Amino acid sequence: METKATPSSLSDVANANKARKQPGSGALGVGLEARGIHAWFGDKLVLRDISLDFWSGTVTALIGPSGCGKSTFIRTLNRMHEFIPGAAMAGEVLLNGQDIYEQGTDVTKIRLKVGMVFQKPNPFPSMTIADNVLAGLKLAQLKSENKDDLLEECLERAGLWNEVKDRLSAYGGSLSGGQQQRLCIARSLAVRPEVLLMDEPCSALDPGSTLKIEETIQHLSSSMTIIIVTHNMQQAARVSDYTGFFLSDGGPGELVEVGPTSEIFSRPKDIRTENYVTGRFG
Amino acid sequence: MSTPTISKVKPTQPWKRTPKQQLLIAVNLVGAAVISFVVVFATAMKGKLAYLAIFFISVIVINFVENYIKRGMAAAKDSIATSFATAGLIVAVVPIFSILFTIFDRGRAGLNFNLFVQDMKSNGPNDPLGQGGLLHALIGSGIMVGIALLISLPIGILTAIYLTEIKGIYSRPIKFLVQAMSGVPSIVAGLFILSAIVFPITKSSSGFMGGLALAILMIPTIARTSEEVLLLIPNDLREAGVALGGTQWRTISLIVVPAAKSGLITATILGLARVAGETAPLILVSGGGDSVNPNPFHAPMGSLPFYIWKGFTYGTTESIARSWAGIFVLLSIIFLLFIAARTLSGSGDKK
Repeated sequence: METKATPSSLSDVANANKARKQPGSGALGVGLEARGIHAWFGDKLVLRDISLDFWSGTVTALIGPSGCGKSTFIRTLNRMHEFIPGAAMAGEVLLNGQDIYEQGTDVTKIRLKVGMVFQKPNPFPSMTIADNVLAGLKLAQLKSENKDDLLEECLERAGLWNEVKDRLSAYGGSLSGGQQQRLCIARSLAVRPEVLLMDEPCSALDPGSTLKIEETIQHLSSSMTIIIVTHNMQQAARVSDYTGFFLSDGGPGELVEVGPTSEIFSRPKDIRTENYVTGRFG
Repeated sequence: MSTPTISKVKPTQPWKRTPKQQLLIAVNLVGAAVISFVVVFATAMKGKLAYLAIFFISVIVINFVENYIKRGMAAAKDSIATSFATAGLIVAVVPIFSILFTIFDRGRAGLNFNLFVQDMKSNGPNDPLGQGGLLHALIGSGIMVGIALLISLPIGILTAIYLTEIKGIYSRPIKFLVQAMSGVPSIVAGLFILSAIVFPITKSSSGFMGGLALAILMIPTIARTSEEVLLLIPNDLREAGVALGGTQWRTISLIVVPAAKSGLITATILGLARVAGETAPLILVSGGGDSVNPNPFHAPMGSLPFYIWKGFTYGTTESIARSWAGIFVLLSIIFLLFIAARTLSGSGDKK
């Protein structure tokens, strides 16, 4: 797979995607809104004033060089940011109009609605493939009428069913890296989230597995909001409807530009975005 | 386009010693042995230790000279380091095997079937070895270690969870206390139970008091080992559990603890092995009986360490032989516990 692409090819890929979805098309509306997000680790400000809307049923890619706060940003969207000792934040995150940081909000319910897939595949080692997929139900104490159907549906949607249907009782760790990551996607689908955050889900995977996960993302995007952090601009062009470009000039990370993916890769408004997507730096 | 010669290639290990080199090593060792005999014979030095010391020095010198001639000073120095490391290993291992051999050798005489089915209620220290046994001590040790386990397993593992998962503001002082407690001399644990419970409240020794004293010694062992095991669980798993809508407690109980299961079992077994041989606190608080006493709340209770100690204090040939047999049984149990711990932690690694 190419690691460096010419600007024309990237924008071609993005343009091919353009027909797929239009902003605000359908009755889906704005699903998740970030308003003036700042984030700190200890005294260090790492994100300054990020405001971004994520339309339901779209895929938004967040790109930018390492250390610009993309991962920190998406971790504020399902309240995983506070999991790190010394973390602080300011701003609002509205999920269907409700601020998830409002006093008295049940944080576990927020994380059920806003699921997350991590950079490194992390299936639960003590559980079988089937138990891994259904782990969310146990963790959140949810009832499911037909677990077998849910298991098959989630693995099917994650594009893993055909590969594991004969060995559902094997341990999750026995799968390949790419399969493990799709198992983790299936696991987050089982609790039926409205939004799925993916923090560089393919950075530890080979090109074949990456392709499979991208296909999975395309399938999922019809029914949920997906936000994906990626270092791979080809990937951003291939899978996303919108792209946001983050940058840090040594200080806190900021959102330089956001727009339809085809425009970000062909006619970016900001010179810094152009430099980045054309590979002139970063 | 395979060449027919391919099938004729045999796997070799060119880095291995050739027979000629092996012969040279054997010659060196024999030479060193001869030198040590000659020196001991010719000088005033006497005894096994003299043979060993001269033999060791000769091996070092021969290796040094050989390596210096063949490969130079660096290799010669390397050979000295190797020799000293090997000598250190021997010095450490020989006493262990010597102890094991002695216990087996002396314990053999007292080992027989009725050891495991009889107690000592109708036998005195002068009775022949075929009569009486240590059943009461075996049962007593089992009950007291069992009580200690029931108390210290939940406390130890919950302490470890507090230190690694909850990380509350008291983590640092508790960590310090747990470390300090694991250095508490066992007799202090016995004295504590004696002065805090036995004298003011129960006024009599019993198996339960012994179990309490052992629990004091066992909690820090289990807590420290469990803490180390839990620290090895990658943070990814905790984040994944929480990101799936689990509360912290459900994430710990459904994901972190099961992932650490084999290590936690090892921690428990190491705790058991730690207290199974404790003698001093049991002499103080559980007393020791000569008959089987299955009730931990009433009357003194025998134990293996107590049985061993009592046998030696009688001082007759038979009672000392009984003590050695008791040591053999106790050591076998601890040995089996360690094997179990190794096996379980090993099977956990493979997954």
